Amino acid sequence: MKEKKRALEGIRICDFTGQLAGAGATKWLAAFGADVIRIEDPVNQGAWDILRMMPPFVDERRGPDFGGGFNNHNAEKRGITLNLRTERGKELLAALVARSDVVTENFAAGVLERWGFGWESLRRIKPDIVYVSNCGFGHVGPYASFKTWGPIVQAVSGLTFTSGLPDREPAGWGFSYMDHTGGYYMAMAVLLALLHRQRTGEGQWVDMACCDVGLTLNGPAILDYTVNGRPMRRAGQPNGNRSDWPRMAPHGIYRAAGEDEWVAIACRSDADWTACAGVIDRDWARETRWSTLAGRFEAQDELDEKLTEWCRGRDKFEVQRLFQAAGIPSAAVQKPGERIDRDPATAEMGLWPIVRHSKMGDVRVDGLPVRFSETSWTIARGSPCVGEHTQEVLGELLGLGAEEIADLRARGVV
Amino acid sequence: MSALTGIRVIELAHERIAFAGKLLGDMGADVVLVEPPGGAPMRLHEPFVDDVPDSERSLTWWHYNTSKRGIVLDWRRGDGREALASLLAGADVLLEAEDPGALAAVGLGDAVLTGSLSRLIHVSLTPFGPTGERRNERATDLTLLAGGGPAWNCGYDDHDLPPIRGGGGHGYAIGCHYAAMSTLTALLHRELGGRGQRIDVSMHAAANVTTEMGSYNWLVQKRTVQRQTGRHAMDTPSMPSQVRCADGRYVNTGVPPRTPQEFGRLLAWLRALGLEAELPEAVFLALGAERERIDLSKIGFDDETTAIFAAGREALVLIASRVSAEDFFLGAQRAGLPAGVIYSPEEAFEDPHFRARGMQIEVEQPQLGRTVRYPGPPYAFEKSKWAISRPAPTLGQHTEEVLSDAGLDVASLSRSGALGRPAAVQAKDG
Repeated sequence: MKEKKRALEGIRICDFTGQLAGAGATKWLAAFGADVIRIEDPVNQGAWDILRMMPPFVDERRGPDFGGGFNNHNAEKRGITLNLRTERGKELLAALVARSDVVTENFAAGVLERWGFGWESLRRIKPDIVYVSNCGFGHVGPYASFKTWGPIVQAVSGLTFTSGLPDREPAGWGFSYMDHTGGYYMAMAVLLALLHRQRTGEGQWVDMACCDVGLTLNGPAILDYTVNGRPMRRAGQPNGNRSDWPRMAPHGIYRAAGEDEWVAIACRSDADWTACAGVIDRDWARETRWSTLAGRFEAQDELDEKLTEWCRGRDKFEVQRLFQAAGIPSAAVQKPGERIDRDPATAEMGLWPIVRHSKMGDVRVDGLPVRFSETSWTIARGSPCVGEHTQEVLGELLGLGAEEIADLRARGVV
Repeated sequence: MSALTGIRVIELAHERIAFAGKLLGDMGADVVLVEPPGGAPMRLHEPFVDDVPDSERSLTWWHYNTSKRGIVLDWRRGDGREALASLLAGADVLLEAEDPGALAAVGLGDAVLTGSLSRLIHVSLTPFGPTGERRNERATDLTLLAGGGPAWNCGYDDHDLPPIRGGGGHGYAIGCHYAAMSTLTALLHRELGGRGQRIDVSMHAAANVTTEMGSYNWLVQKRTVQRQTGRHAMDTPSMPSQVRCADGRYVNTGVPPRTPQEFGRLLAWLRALGLEAELPEAVFLALGAERERIDLSKIGFDDETTAIFAAGREALVLIASRVSAEDFFLGAQRAGLPAGVIYSPEEAFEDPHFRARGMQIEVEQPQLGRTVRYPGPPYAFEKSKWAISRPAPTLGQHTEEVLSDAGLDVASLSRSGALGRPAAVQAKDG
């Protein structure tokens, strides 16, 4: 067999995903060479995925082909429009499904089924199809009809609660962490189901719920509850940037010189502390009561105050450098511009590729934080404009002629 | 049969990579966890059963090492290294999080691994990748989230308070998610006729691309998002979205209504609760409900559109302050509005929806002589079984079984000290 150049070459995905929780998954698959074909509604110009219309924008132009977040999450995919309200639209989708390996979607539960493409229909069209649905609460269970969004998933699954300072309202995540993470699990689900098919010939449906995923990310806290009977909702929790599991002290984010500048320091062990005391180079740091973890852990407030005082007048990168030179984990809290434009470690990974978008031009996007020695990722083509590849896909995959496509266009099917 | 049945994974025990091994093991892979003599430092991570520190009582260890077999092997020295090489010859995947160069230093460089073992998928998870000037910097979960971007997004409106990293080890989790996705991608490539390969995953880079607008607002417009209490960091401030309910718990009031239908249902809910008269802005809800379409891009530019959106948020805030967090959540959702109760982890675990979805799994725990409830599957496969096939291994539990199955001379390895002696764990991860 001829060696493939890209890991997922030959895999075709009929993709109804949107936002980040779904589109993030197929972005990964597309970057490794899967043929991801986004299917969107010509009537509302793909507006179901609101990111098509949302900032950031490269210039003053607005509309469904100018959303910066959409471009970020949909690089390397093709896009077609199909009006599934029409019989012809449904026929074309069925034909496309028959030529695909995977169907992905992250609509609210039941939406695809109402269009006539639920699991039973999909498997009739193609018996070994892989179908991965991803919605907040899943397709089964008392809350199956409920709606979610990244922050809602984070709230209900217990993640928002774990981010904050004691005796204050939750700080939460400040971004849709579970949209990213839901996408990661959706990508895994597709790959796992394809591996299963490769080995057994069977397709299957994977019902994925971002809330389920979120819940599984609090494993040790849940075991502390089921085994020790200790709830996380208790005095002193959550405890900000401190570390109880495993115990470390000092362990925090400290104010540095300048406006809203901060630096993280994590002292893992007594040996680390000895080195810390050397960096700090003050009499208080050499007091013997700090030499054991128990001593440091018990008096963290005092220790943090002293360390804050020490850091306050210093540049955050200088603090990072000094502690790292002594072998102690430390990192400046980097602002976007610092980690994107000035950090050698993200540059080293080629983390911010430039894609060419048909209307926006050249735009930098998130790359992938991995390198494969044989079949690595490529992110070079921008997100598809609405219907950008309709002609190409219908012609190439379904054998439709230009005239027929023009007719479909005239009738509002595409 | 599960998706990964028959796939053999060798995992070199390290706190950074443990979760990736669990993800593969729970999907059916045969994961062999290789610990050094004395045991992996992660065995001494809190919390412990009954708060008694012991290498067999760490709940963190239990959680992250389900569905794995465990062996003790000192692979950094002579015959232990040879034994590891033998195991790798029969393996599909090597998962490891050693410092850059550590494997090569003991004679297990690329030439040996993916060179001679053409089927092997070698996944190396490191804080900053294997190359570049930052490759040897020390890192923990906190410093990865601080340097990598997520922490900048998280915290409070009050910027005298520091950025907050979410608790629960997510800096490691993000890296492990990418390690698992990479492994599966390379496995599928191999099943489709390709070779094995080496994969490097940078945890710092992984955090960098897990910040949503934090990154792409800069990439597209060079704008810096600013953290806000309980809601997205933005480059222009947004209205608060968390409200303390009548029972003292918080809810996230969610994305405010966007469509005419949503404005209509919100107004109906407000009326049902008898609160319409208390909200002067309710008139804008009615206006929103009557519109044919609402253009999101006009927020902040067109006065009426802006007022309609603000009224939606105000109505949610008013209702939240009058009912319990759970009632708000259920009421809002039944009105078709995405809102959420802010549960603690154990509250989520006990919620009827998650229970109905099978998110509580009973696992036989030999240390306690009874079953323990664990979190269930992150995805519901129709045919590929997700399962906690066994609890985390006790120290050296499967050493003899695994090594003799591989045809290795267990007695001789034992005599040379490569299998260690039962002993206390010595130090924390470094």
